Parts: sequence; C-alpha cells; structure tokens
Amino acid sequence: MTDILHSDVQRLPYDVVVIGAGGSGLRAAIEARLAGHRTAIISKSLFGKAHTVMAEGGCAAAMGNVNPNDNWMVHFRDTMRGGKFLNNPRMAELHAKEAPDRVYELEAWGALFDRTKDGKISQRNFGGHEYPRLAHVGDRTGLEMIRTLQQKVVALQQEDAVALGDPDAMIKVYAETTITRLIKDGEGRIAGAFGYIRETGQFVLFQAPAVILATGGIGKTFKVTSNSWEYTGDGHALALLAGAKLINMEFVQFHPTHMVWPISVRGLLVTESVRGDGGVLRNSEGRRYMFDYVPDVFRAQYAETEEEADRWYSDPDHNRRPPELLPRDEVARANNAEVKAGRGSPHGGVFLDIASRLPAEEILRRLPSMHHQFKELADVDITKEPMEVGPAQHYVMGGVEVDPDSGESSVPGLFAAGEVSGGMHGSNRLGGNSLSDLLVFGRRAGLGAAEYIGRLGPKMPVPDEGDVEAAQAEALAPLQRSGGENPYTVHSEVQDTMSSLVGIIRTEAEIREAMAELDKLGDRAAAVSAAGGSAYNPGWHMALDMRNIMLMARCVALAALERQESRGGHTRDDYPGMRPEWRKIILACALEGGKITIARQPTPRMRDDLLALFEVSELKKYLSEDELADIPAPAPATTTGASPAAAIEETH
Amino acid sequence: MAYQAALRVWRGDHGQGDLTPYTVEVNEGEVVLDVLHRLQASQANDLAIRWNCKAGKCGSCSMEINGRPRLACMTRMSTFAEDEVLTITPLRTFPVIRDLVTDVSFNYAKAREIPSFTPDPSVGLGEFRMQQVDVQRSQEFRKCIECYLCQNVCHVIRDHPENERPFAGPRFLMRITELEMHPADTADRREIAQDDFGLGYCNITKCCTDVCPEHIKITDNALIPMKERVAGRKYDPLVWLGSKISRRPQSADTPAVPGTSA
Repeated sequence: MTDILHSDVQRLPYDVVVIGAGGSGLRAAIEARLAGHRTAIISKSLFGKAHTVMAEGGCAAAMGNVNPNDNWMVHFRDTMRGGKFLNNPRMAELHAKEAPDRVYELEAWGALFDRTKDGKISQRNFGGHEYPRLAHVGDRTGLEMIRTLQQKVVALQQEDAVALGDPDAMIKVYAETTITRLIKDGEGRIAGAFGYIRETGQFVLFQAPAVILATGGIGKTFKVTSNSWEYTGDGHALALLAGAKLINMEFVQFHPTHMVWPISVRGLLVTESVRGDGGVLRNSEGRRYMFDYVPDVFRAQYAETEEEADRWYSDPDHNRRPPELLPRDEVARANNAEVKAGRGSPHGGVFLDIASRLPAEEILRRLPSMHHQFKELADVDITKEPMEVGPAQHYVMGGVEVDPDSGESSVPGLFAAGEVSGGMHGSNRLGGNSLSDLLVFGRRAGLGAAEYIGRLGPKMPVPDEGDVEAAQAEALAPLQRSGGENPYTVHSEVQDTMSSLVGIIRTEAEIREAMAELDKLGDRAAAVSAAGGSAYNPGWHMALDMRNIMLMARCVALAALERQESRGGHTRDDYPGMRPEWRKIILACALEGGKITIARQPTPRMRDDLLALFEVSELKKYLSEDELADIPAPAPATTTGASPAAAIEETH
Repeated sequence: MAYQAALRVWRGDHGQGDLTPYTVEVNEGEVVLDVLHRLQASQANDLAIRWNCKAGKCGSCSMEINGRPRLACMTRMSTFAEDEVLTITPLRTFPVIRDLVTDVSFNYAKAREIPSFTPDPSVGLGEFRMQQVDVQRSQEFRKCIECYLCQNVCHVIRDHPENERPFAGPRFLMRITELEMHPADTADRREIAQDDFGLGYCNITKCCTDVCPEHIKITDNALIPMKERVAGRKYDPLVWLGSKISRRPQSADTPAVPGTSA
C-alpha cells in the first residue's frame, strides 16, 4: 500500500485557485490565466467529467437568431418572473446582457452548436423563456460546453508550452483532488486552500491570495436527485466555515421530469427540451392536465386550450405558450399534485408524451440521448410510447452571497460563481439559465480575482499554520477513529430525512421533525470511521463529505422553516401562495460558534430603469403596496419595442 | 425480483492484487454500478470505483465486465443470467491505481499534443456562419464522452506499451479528424496525423467502434476518411510537382505543438 498518512503537507504556490472544474470553474480559470495570473484548477473528479456534462437542453442567451424580437430586456424579464422577483436584479441584468457574447466566445473556441438555416447558432424553446433562446447541441449541450472549455484550457497550456517551455507553467489542473478547508491569514483574508489528492491521500496546501469557489450544488443532501456524488455542498460549506454567508438556501429546485423507473435510474434527468419540442404531460386518465395549473401571475402568457397551445409551435407571435412550458417549480408541483390525487402512472410518475407529437425520425434527431437513455435503461422506445416521469432534486438556487459584478464574497479574497453562488436565480431558476450563468459569472469571478490581486499590493496573505495543522487533523480523524459507524449508512439516512421531510412540499411540523432527526444524525456523522488507508479510499472521502452534507441539510431546513410563504423552489403546505411582504426579505445563513444562524435581510432593490421594463400591472402581482408607491412613473410602453441591435450595443 | 449475484471483483493496487469473491443483492432494473455501490456501502467501504453521472454521459465508470470493456452505469444486470458469475476488472491497457481505478493520464497527455482549433483570426465574435450539414460530421465525434474504452480495447496499445509513444489511439485520431472536418478550422494536421500520432498503425479492425457507448462510428466516419485525406495530401501530384520545382516550402502543414510531448 502506498499510504501517506503522516507525510508533510505539500505546498503549492499560486495566484488564483479555482475549486471546481465545471463550467464556471473552467471559465473563471481561463479568465484568471488570460489576466496573467498563475492559476490552479482543482477538480474533484477527472478533468472533463464535471456535472456540467449532464446539462442537456441548452444555454440561454438572447441572441435573437431564431426570433429577432428577443433581446436582453426580454431575457431579464423572463428571469425575474421565473425567480418570482426575488433575484438579485443586477445579476439578472448582467446575465441577460452578457450571455450572448459568452456563447459566441465558446464558438470561437471550437464549440459546434446546432445551426439555423442561415448558418447562425440555432436556439430552442424552453420553460419560462418567451422566445426560442437556448443555444444547443442536440440534447448534450453541457458536454459540448465542458469539452470546449477543457480544450480552451489545453490551448492556453500549449501557448505556455511554446512561450515558457512548460504547459503547466501558468494554468494547471489538479484532477481528483478535494479541498476540505479554506485557510486565512491573521487579518481574515484568504491565504490558501487545504485538501488531499485522491489517488495517494497526499495532503496539499494551495497557497494563494484568491480562491474562487465553483463547486456546484448540494444534491447529495437528497435521496432522489439528478446530481452526481460530487455534489456534497463542498463550496457552500467551505464558504460558511470561512465566515461567508449563504443566501436563499430554502430554494431547492425539483426539476419536474426525471425517470422514475427502473428504481435504479430514479432521478435520471429527462430534458425539458422534450416539452420545448412539443412533448406534453398527461395523467393516467389521458388528460393534458397542465392547463389546470396555470397560476394567476402567468395567466396572461399561457394558452387556455389545447388548440391554441398547439398552434403556438408554428405561430408563436399570434398564440400563447403551452402550459407545459411554465417555469419548473410550477410544473413540478403540478406533477406532484396529479400523483397525490391518484392519477399517476404505474410507477408513481406521470406520462410525458412525445411519441404522438413528432415523427420518429424527428425525435431521434432532436432528442438522441433521451432515446438512447430510455431504450438502454428502461426498454422504452420514446418514439412509440410515453415516458414515465416524476420530480427529483436538480439544483439549488441558494448559495454564497456575492457582489454581482465581481463575484466576491464578504471574506476578502473569496469568490464564488455558478451554482455555489446565490442570488442570480431568486427563488427558482429557469431552464437554460444555468449554463449561461456559469459562463457570465465564471468569467466575472476570474476578473474579480485578478483585480483583487492587483489591489492587494506587496503584502501577501500568509496561511495561519495552526489552521493548517487543524485541517490536517480533521481530515485524518475518520481514518484514525475505529469502531465508528459506516459513513454510507449515515449518509443514506440524511438523504431519506431530507427527501421525505424537507422535499418538494413542506410543513412546519415536518421540518421540525427533520431538524430533530438531523441533530441525532449530526452526532453520528461526526463519529463515522473509515476502514482502509488513505490511497483512493471512497469510504474515507464519504466520511469527510459528511460534514458538508450535514451543514447543507441544516441550512436548507432552517431557512425552509423560517420562510412562511410559498415561492419558487420553496412550497409550504401550511403557507400556500406568495406574500409580497416576504418578497422583501432574503434569508441568510451563517456559522457562528459551530451553530448555523439565520438572519433576515432586505432583498436588493431593482433600479428604476430595470423596474421600468415591466408593466405596473405585472409588478402589482409581486410587490407590496409601499414598494409600488415608490415606483417613480408608469413604465414607458416603448421598452418592449426597442431594437435588438440597440440592446446588443449595450452589452459591450 | 431480487436475487443474490456472485461477483469476482479485482482488488489491489499497482499491479498486485487478485479477484475477490462477493455475494451481493440485485434488484429489478439495476445496472452493474448499482451492484458495485451496494457492495461498497455494505461490505467494502474502501472499494475504489470511479464514477460520476451514472447516466452514461461522463464516461468515468469504464471497466471490464466479463472481459468486455464497458460503462458500469449502462450495463444492465438483466443482460446476465442470475447464476452467472460476474468478473469485474479494471481497464487492462492502463496502470491500476487501486481496485477498479486506473491511471488514464496517457490520454490527457495525448490530448495536449494535438494542435488546437485554429479559426481565421479575422472572424469576429458571433460572425461564424456554418451550415448544419457541415457541422454535423464533427458533431458526431464531439459526442465522445472520453470513457477511453476505445483506447483500452485498441490492440495497437493493449498489451503493447511500446506503441504508446508513436500512437495516439482512436480517441485522439478521431479528435484530429474532428478538427480537420471543423468548417471554421484553418490548420492542416494531415501530415502530423500520420507522422506524430500514428494513424498508420490503425488497421481498421473496428474494435473501437464496437465498444463505443455513444455508438460513434469511429472507424468508418473518422479513421478511414482521415486515412484518405492523408493519402490525398501525400500523393497529390500538384503537391509533389511543387516540391520538385520550387525551393519555397510548399505546404502549410501544422506542426505538432512543441514542448507538450512527455
């Protein structure tokens, strides 16, 4: 055995350390390297395997290639509506303005998106997006994005090989490496990141003044999830432990369509593109039930009859959208309600039918991986029969509170981008807004880190050695403890607790029950032990991940208990409906003396020029009386007619 | 319905180890990875397995199941008889790190040697115009999830480590083809495909195509057309004549990237 239990900590000096090698991490690292900084990319898995590869539908960007009426203002409005006006408006604005250039950039780096007839990047319809907006490659867009960014990193390494004689000189990937603690200096600034290399168990300290968290989400806190093993809330937890705040943790997205059968693939994503391309949801009675679930705030934008909905696919300018394309929270709740009412499919889902809606060859062309997935794993031919689908945990809207422009958290030198950051998506993320989020805010965090280093001057932060020692002791503990519980057992019970008691529909009684349960599980999680050595030992890794999973479970439960209303990815059976008073409140979790605290803080106010993009009649559905009284003047009617060209100019 | 399956799983590290017998419960609809996870959670917490998406999209859980290179997440238990003993071993072509996890760094090294996408620098952001029919050829190759099953099965390097220096393997010869067929790429990698990446070693036995979980026609659509392009470049009479009558370098061949090869 090559065990390195008591060896020294290997020290690696860098300017910028990016934790996470998915879309936002790679985009951030590329930007930091382009700014001339020595950058380390830390990947929990092999390079190119990040969870971003699972994204299927596409990347939302108002390029207007398919419908020229689209522009950043329309995208901004859709994003705010999708998030039920809880989004950080500045983030939603930056995202809508910059997404097109980020997509074009990928193209310049070699990405091959599907094309329109005139040779531009094609765009597809998706839930909550007014126009066809998602740049895509069949139903494997995330893979294209990861591969393109991976290959861009390689291209930069090739430049460095030519210029400096070493491809790793300026940007290096540390594959299968996990960070367990951020290390600060005496002044509370970021000074490094401590972790282990999976293959050997070797401990490493990346010494750097700037750390960018790009670790994705918290899916492994739940039982039925589309997320991979890596999604243990590492970045969320590292930020909390370093003193940053997490906002919006009550908002967890349960994507409405995942496979429900066979049991072993429960939670495997069925892309929203199925609905974007014409697929419809039916219950066991054959009823297209989504018409029964259009909420008042969206009534004006969605069709009331099947005839109108079907006409929309060919004539979107004169018909309203089918209700299957409502935002994800609405569709997930509807699917859940149908199953609860006894109108579900044989395996506890609902039916998603594309077979009767498109010719077989068209389905094969547009949805090849869905066809492949159902055929190989469930013996279902989606060109001939409907799929059985149900909701599963898919995404967390909550995350590290950051400055919208730079991605910097309240801890100096700590940045966050992508799913691990909070605010951009408010209470619910629209499909397609994640890939674009990764690119827009990944780049901004890379720039933010570069600017921070520029401001820092010659006095570089020095890691607190006591904290390094403590981090090493913490990481070794499960290996040295004997007779403790099996970490897999405790993990599985946390997942059961969260899925059944703090899942898609919540009540005070159940959340309190979960919290009592989590108290007991927390004690058990702290005492797990790992058999075997430190070289590639998944039992040890699971034991270490438990700390983060427990922190995430507690944040979600605490925030879910506090928010007494239903909004986006937070549905309280005992407080149905949105309440304007709660729209003004953001919940922030922090860690104080080993305990998670929760505080209320005001929702960032939307600038007047952004408010003016909405009709007052629509704002009335979300804002409270006193907020409405503050709005300066009625929204000018001209904004919707602004030319896309003018809008694009503003993005530069 | 549920049954107990007999498994023999390779346990060990750095070349030393053996097949360890286990009995594990199997439920309806499960894949090999489910069964390995159950084994890991209940009997062997430290069993090293590499996996991520469990959906056939990331290409991490490559291993050999009864001697055949496969993704564990896409191999259904129902394809085996209930009384069949499953033998699960790591990829043979790559060095074992531990149990079912191998060192695939060879692949990352090869990826870094191939000259990257080289667009015409005068094309501005958003100005690319490409037809679907033209991007479709390279799109097929970009479906690759880098599971390296093709690299593992290819007889040029399987059991022949001496060929690892001159031969990049099907995945990376396909990557070269992908770039050559990219409508907006301007480099010419035909000469290095042959001279530096060993396209000539491939004798089109189609083993790579056979194991590809993405059903990419690696041999027919990438390797053979690339061989044709290389032959066209080498035996083009105009190129030959040019090289005879002029002292100027005739070709715009893109060289392999200096400083990247190990």
